[in-house]
Amino acid sequence: MAARALINIPKGAKRGDIVEIKTLLSHPMETGFRTGADGQLVPRDIIEKFVCTYNGEVVFSAELHPAIAANPFISFTTIAMDSGTFVFAWTDNHGETQVQTARIDVA
Amino acid sequence: MRDTRPSRRHVIIGAGAAAAAFAAPALAQAAPQVVVIGGGYAGATCARFLQREGVSVTLVEPSANYISCPFSNAVIAGLRDIAQQTFTYDAIAAQGVRIARQAATKIDRDAKRVTLADATTLPYDRLVLAPGIDMNFTALPGYDQAASEILPHAWKAGPQTLLLRQQLEAMDDGGTVVISAPANPFRCPPGPYERASLIAWYLKNHKPKSKLIILDAKDAFSKQGLFTAAWKEIYGDMIEWVGLSAGGKVVEVKPREKIFVTEFGEHRADVGNVIPPQRAGRIAIDSGIADQTGWCPIDPVTFEARAQAGVHVIGDAAVAGGMPKSAFAANAQAKACAQAVAVMLRGAQAPEPKLINTCYSLVTPDYGISVAGVYAPAKGLLTDIPNAGGVSPAKAPASVRAAEASYAEGWYKTITTEVFG
Repeated sequence: MAARALINIPKGAKRGDIVEIKTLLSHPMETGFRTGADGQLVPRDIIEKFVCTYNGEVVFSAELHPAIAANPFISFTTIAMDSGTFVFAWTDNHGETQVQTARIDVA
Repeated sequence: MRDTRPSRRHVIIGAGAAAAAFAAPALAQAAPQVVVIGGGYAGATCARFLQREGVSVTLVEPSANYISCPFSNAVIAGLRDIAQQTFTYDAIAAQGVRIARQAATKIDRDAKRVTLADATTLPYDRLVLAPGIDMNFTALPGYDQAASEILPHAWKAGPQTLLLRQQLEAMDDGGTVVISAPANPFRCPPGPYERASLIAWYLKNHKPKSKLIILDAKDAFSKQGLFTAAWKEIYGDMIEWVGLSAGGKVVEVKPREKIFVTEFGEHRADVGNVIPPQRAGRIAIDSGIADQTGWCPIDPVTFEARAQAGVHVIGDAAVAGGMPKSAFAANAQAKACAQAVAVMLRGAQAPEPKLINTCYSLVTPDYGISVAGVYAPAKGLLTDIPNAGGVSPAKAPASVRAAEASYAEGWYKTITTEVFG
């Protein structure tokens, strides 16, 4: 899986600030229920799990199902604690995981 | 025949003083009155066709001139004069359509009466609303009327069209033009992409080091395959299209800095064109004919508003199912609506219409592409008939593209002559 991931987090924040995080993964979210032009079922290819950790601790996670549209856009908030790294991981139904990181400086 | 109807002077000037004389009994004996609000492609066409059906028609339109949106992208690119886009209502008036040169401010749905800006009222038996679009200046943070003087929308032809052209002419070679395209539905679905094409034509010929970025709130758009292939072929890397799933949705603009803020970043423009979200013209919203989407649901046979019997909505303001918000569609709907209104005034049932739309777009002055569709009522909507229309072929010699560019020109001459000539 090598999909394009977009991340938007504030570069800097004050300790205790609520920060908004936006993510978008370009992914077909193919349900496995659709037939292609050849009449054959298009094999399932969906993201099943999304996890975001902040300095090693899970701050947000989600399970995704076939009803979620292509290119899942996930937005959530967390509280800025310390400078460090957010790690975003999307795992598909084949067990493959795509990881992206972003840094935040907390004053 | 004119003598049996109240004259324009009576209707417009006499209405205040002689309101009592216009009470129901007098009306019941008079010829049926139809008021058409809005003198664009939809309203002007409908008024003319109603008049030809022998209906007494008043067209309510505050502007002395109509400035046409189709082909206005060529004005922006310096390929055309705005005078070629400008039409008067003289021929329409000469035909016998009364013209009230004022804005409609209020519709009294119960009394069946339209109030004009000077407080006179026009009674109607049936009303046709063709108010077109308004920019929704509350939908995109940072983008209001004042911001449109810095980042023009140019989505209603006129001063905004010329402002965008002037900004392009003033831009240095090597500058960045940013266009923000809205989510569906909006006026002229291929319009943003034709505009990008013709601006790129201008840049290629005058400022070749410049760049054009389209930030889009959609992942797909009208004639996408044809546009993208042509851009690559003609303009190389000059045009960059950023779709929704690539983070193209603009969520805020900062007019002073000419910054477009997307969900995932910022783009600074030297010339910025914001095509904002839109809604039906204000009178449709204020009178409750539009629903919470900002557009007017209609019956696909009679064009009567779902919200109010006796009020018909045509053109960009209507929810016309599969039909795009185009001048061609507005003109087609107007003719079908005029027939429905005339038939209904005689107490008969309106026939089921079949409607056609074609949208031409120019990629260069000599490179035209088109999409066409045929529509009929089905399941309460005007529905696209499968395989009845189509788009230009993906691979075609230059002669085919040049022919389509000349068809576009021919279509424009034909439709503007029919509507305003």
